[in-house]
Amino acid sequence: MAKTLFEKIWEKHVVKTIEDGPSVLYIDKHFIHEVTSPQAFNGLNKRGIKVFRPQQVVATADHNVPTLNQHLPIKEELSRLQVEALKKNCAEHGIELYGLGHPFQGIVHVIGPELGITQPGMTIVCGDSHTSTHGAFGSIAFGIGTSEVEMVMATQCLMQSRPKLMRINVEGKLNDGVVSKDIVLYILSKISASGATGFAVEFAGSAIRSLSMEARMTICNMSIEMGARCGMIAPDVITFDYIKGRKFAPEGKEWEEKLAYWKTLYTDADAVFDKEVNINAADIEPMITYGTNPGMGVGVTGHVPSLTEIDEKEKPSFEKSLAYMGLQPGTGIKGQKVDYVFIGSCTNSRIEDLRMVASFVKGKRKASDVEVWIVPGSKQVEKQAIEEGIDKIFEEAGFQLRQPGCSACLGMNEDKIPAGKYCISTSNRNFEGRQGQNARTFLASPLTAALAAITGEVGDVREYWNKN
Amino acid sequence: MSKQINTINSTAVPLNMENVDTDQIIPARFLKATSRDGFGKNLFRDWRYEQDDESRPKKDFVLNNPTYKGSILVAAKNFGCGSSREHAAWAIKDAGFDVVVSSFFADIFKNNSLNNFLLPVTVSEGFLQKIFTAIEKDPATTLEVNLPGQFIRINSTGEQESFDINSYKKTCLLNGYDDIDYLLSMRTEIEQFENPVH
Repeated sequence: MAKTLFEKIWEKHVVKTIEDGPSVLYIDKHFIHEVTSPQAFNGLNKRGIKVFRPQQVVATADHNVPTLNQHLPIKEELSRLQVEALKKNCAEHGIELYGLGHPFQGIVHVIGPELGITQPGMTIVCGDSHTSTHGAFGSIAFGIGTSEVEMVMATQCLMQSRPKLMRINVEGKLNDGVVSKDIVLYILSKISASGATGFAVEFAGSAIRSLSMEARMTICNMSIEMGARCGMIAPDVITFDYIKGRKFAPEGKEWEEKLAYWKTLYTDADAVFDKEVNINAADIEPMITYGTNPGMGVGVTGHVPSLTEIDEKEKPSFEKSLAYMGLQPGTGIKGQKVDYVFIGSCTNSRIEDLRMVASFVKGKRKASDVEVWIVPGSKQVEKQAIEEGIDKIFEEAGFQLRQPGCSACLGMNEDKIPAGKYCISTSNRNFEGRQGQNARTFLASPLTAALAAITGEVGDVREYWNKN
Repeated sequence: MSKQINTINSTAVPLNMENVDTDQIIPARFLKATSRDGFGKNLFRDWRYEQDDESRPKKDFVLNNPTYKGSILVAAKNFGCGSSREHAAWAIKDAGFDVVVSSFFADIFKNNSLNNFLLPVTVSEGFLQKIFTAIEKDPATTLEVNLPGQFIRINSTGEQESFDINSYKKTCLLNGYDDIDYLLSMRTEIEQFENPVH
């Protein structure tokens, strides 16, 4: 029988299906970090049990870490205690920790793939909604809550009902200036922030297949912003080439065996989805969000919707959103002033993102009234950027290259955008207060963010290229 | 935290706003704790207070309005979207709610709620509007959320609608059972799954 990519992996991992209930799904890899794991470890301690398969768990500290002076003790006491608790828990349970100071430390969804831990056909979980990122390798990757983190620690299994299946096909050639972040923001603007709730989404089509692994990760990363249970892309030669030779990638005979299996991981021609969405790549232009959920986006040449374009029922939340953003209905988005530029997060902090920004800003200087933070996703990304001389380009541009962590994506650590200020951000969420209390976020691609860093306002990179 | 849910009769607190994300339910700066307790006081923190100042409650926010109380939170479409933080479910439960009603829940939030004996009740958009209207008309209106019978009733009008829940999870909630205990009892099966005998 014809099967989807999702079904092939799911069926191979079901230990048992409970009658009129969820399935018990075996989990291959479990990533943990300091914020959503302490209560799970407490739960295990209360039950008097240890982590069942510690060698299948990998830990890092990312959400709560400072991105300057990481060699010094963390100043904020609660953050420090949380990071210390992770260290203690990992030691007690025999879990590998890539903590602060370790050459592999970084954002959990950046380090898994770059170390070759994330592989096709796996089931992967982490107590973080952006775990969907790992689906870019053709794996089933779920973001889970802390009770579920405890569940997987205790039994290496997750109780989960099988989601419905959706395929989003993006066909055709992308326009100049359009990168993978624009694809996913465009999809979000079409299907909304709840358009894929209840579904596992497979991204397919020629435009998706043409993307690098970094670019594919950006798309799967934001599948949760559509409400999707997970996002995934069938692995192909681009995937295999990316994994080969990485630290924990299989080698020799094991590589050959795994590769043979990975090549079977695609959706069969006759397989059926519960829903299909078709997108024409040529319709996509550089995107930007104007509101307070990631579905509220438009092309950079577009405008904030006017009240007549909004459903009566949605008006209260639309008006609340615009009031928060300090924007008027119907106004053009181009030319909006920005105060901060944040290039980082599990969405866009990989070496390719930094290279994209560097090649755009080389020899240019940031606008004088804009502050620019570049936060690499991991120590390895940071090291590579320095080896390639990208750090010098940023320095000359007046950008601040900081140290790895989640940083200003989530208003938790020291990196926050001040109240009322506008930040163009390569991260994934523009919720109220997400980057700091009353901070205002425009989500965009690294390229559109880099342009704003130079001009101090939201602009169209294609127009800039034509003029310069 | 009560580890059992059965039938709840209570007035309700209406939060008629779509796409309420977990960053609003509990902002990230309150996620630094290492225990599960005490999140209720920071529930909807930035919607509740001016500039994070507890002495300056925002008067127009429903949780600050003494007219509305009870153990049922009635929310609008796509409640609990965004971050997977279970702290959102902990905060709602800790603030005294046992049920959240909406026409549409985000998946991770729904699972997190069920794992914390906070019952997410999904109703039709039409029935949700009836609940909002009934509460607006009379804030003393009570709702009956009946888990054994799987229905929710507006007691003032008698209108009711059934809701879905799988029988495994229903049994867990009615009896205070825990998924982890269930899975721990399956360890032999899990080990056999890991090392299949060919």
